[in-house]
Amino acid sequence: MVDCRDAYSKALEEMAATDERIVAVVNDSLGSAKMKGFAAKYPGRFINVGIAEQNMVGVCAGLANGGKIPYACGAACFLTARAMEQIKIDLGYSNYNVRLVGVSSGMAYGQLGPTHHSIEDVGWLRIIPNMTIIVPADSIETQAMMRYSAVHEGPMFLRISRVPVPDLLPAGAKFELGKAVRLREGNDITLMANGILVYPALKAAEVLQRSGISARVLNMSSVKPIDREAIVDAARSTGGIVTAEEHSIYGGLGGAVAEIVAQTHPAKMRILGVPGVFAPTGSAEFLLEHFGLTADGIRSAAVQLLESR
Amino acid sequence: MGALIAVHIYALGSVHVYTGTNSSHQRLYDDQRDKMMTPSSTIDVTRLEKQATRTRIRSLQMVHRAKLGHPGGDFSAADILAALYGAVLRVDPSDCRDPMRDRFIMSKGHCSGALYATLAEAGFLTDADLDTYMAPLSKLNGHPDRNRIPGVEANTGPLGHGLPIAVGCALAAKMTGASWRTFVLVGDGELQEGSNWEAGMCAAQYKLDNLVLIIDRNGLQQGDSTERTICMEPLAERWRAFGWDVHEIDGHDMQALVDSFQTAPFTSGKPSCVLARTTKGKGVSFMENSPSWHHRVPTEDELRKAIVELEGGRN
Repeated sequence: MVDCRDAYSKALEEMAATDERIVAVVNDSLGSAKMKGFAAKYPGRFINVGIAEQNMVGVCAGLANGGKIPYACGAACFLTARAMEQIKIDLGYSNYNVRLVGVSSGMAYGQLGPTHHSIEDVGWLRIIPNMTIIVPADSIETQAMMRYSAVHEGPMFLRISRVPVPDLLPAGAKFELGKAVRLREGNDITLMANGILVYPALKAAEVLQRSGISARVLNMSSVKPIDREAIVDAARSTGGIVTAEEHSIYGGLGGAVAEIVAQTHPAKMRILGVPGVFAPTGSAEFLLEHFGLTADGIRSAAVQLLESR
Repeated sequence: MGALIAVHIYALGSVHVYTGTNSSHQRLYDDQRDKMMTPSSTIDVTRLEKQATRTRIRSLQMVHRAKLGHPGGDFSAADILAALYGAVLRVDPSDCRDPMRDRFIMSKGHCSGALYATLAEAGFLTDADLDTYMAPLSKLNGHPDRNRIPGVEANTGPLGHGLPIAVGCALAAKMTGASWRTFVLVGDGELQEGSNWEAGMCAAQYKLDNLVLIIDRNGLQQGDSTERTICMEPLAERWRAFGWDVHEIDGHDMQALVDSFQTAPFTSGKPSCVLARTTKGKGVSFMENSPSWHHRVPTEDELRKAIVELEGGRN
């Protein structure tokens, strides 16, 4: 099991060694953003703006104006919500090459509560023109996504969890923006997930197979742009889609998929996530279980969907 | 007020000593700029004042035509913009994205009328462009768009965005040891946005003496005076307490404006703040210090009277 924060910070340090334009910006929390190594290796390219996210995002836009490629690394909840207008205007509308690395996203902070959960970020940022959103599934995809981010034009939101996950992708796998990664073939139903929910989706598919249900599994790490073709094909050839994400059921991956399915090839869907509530007290693991964001929760949603057809 | 000023211009490439070393590109750029900016080794204050007057007239015509705009703030900022584009900024309309250009960020983006008229004076826009101000599909939106307007560095409009961006620009220059400078113009009411103070602390922490904050201190915001709304004084002391070196000047004194912008940094290792005391609606008797002119559109008659007053030599 790996912590994707280690993968992103390792990748950033490696990239900085060969690309002088790369700058890291943090809002006080070097430790939770896993930036201590970068700060020690590249003190001249490390900016700590203190606890000031609005300034942080504006500063990143200015750094990009000055030819740098800034990575704003901080807890996803504060980075996105506190600086939303700066993200909309200074990054989206101005179209600056800034990377927002939202760490400890979703409900990773568990017992610290809804103040520290970030289950709205994909929905908020998905509406903003020019914004690219990636939610990697494991450490391999996290590193591949980071390498891709250095050449991307325009602002990006890279959403990193702190909940340990197993590596699923083959070592050295390349990241392709806007492409769903088909992890398992299947014809009866499609399970779409991203981030820490990809592994449970795969486990669910294995269990479903034992009941004779063949489930396709797509890793939807690229939420924006999203793989329209893969979604239409899933709706057409499997007839039902279950989405699973560590996010609100509103505005995230499920919403993005539904927008396409409804307008192209209407098919039944189940959208799994946090159902429009502030989470109760509990660890990340407890809360994932509580909201059915588990292999069994995904399996059960798939069975219900198939039974309702 | 018609005095000639030249001394600081020629020194532009050398007075600012930053950390790191200049690239050869930067040195070439500095040499080229110095030659460009000092053809006769003199800058005529009267010329800049006339430019500011044209900016006021043109921006008011634009507001009148568009039936929208913010003429009061356009007028308080006109002299500051003329000083910057006429005698200070090293920018080149034929190479708008030159990495070594000085950066200017118009944080009070609602005063786009004055900005666009100034950009036309500086060769970034044509006079014909100005006639499209806020017209359907025009590149001249009510607030500036860097992706459509040459010479614009940041899309501003929501207040409190410009200074953080300017801090980032200044940090980028420091990191590479480049000698280009960053200027940002904010309104005084705008400083009620907390992001400015976050950025102010950051600029002092990183010793950004390549950054100049200009405050258009006209004393009025949309609804009322700043002091009756949320008291800003003692404004200079507040910025000093945040680690900035502050020069208070008459924001309509062209010589003082050019001198301040050229001599910054006032203290090595500190960001510079020019607190420019201005008059909203400056130059037109019935517009001056009247909150209603924050975003009022002149009638045909008011436009004519305003132009007469402005051309009559009131400054």
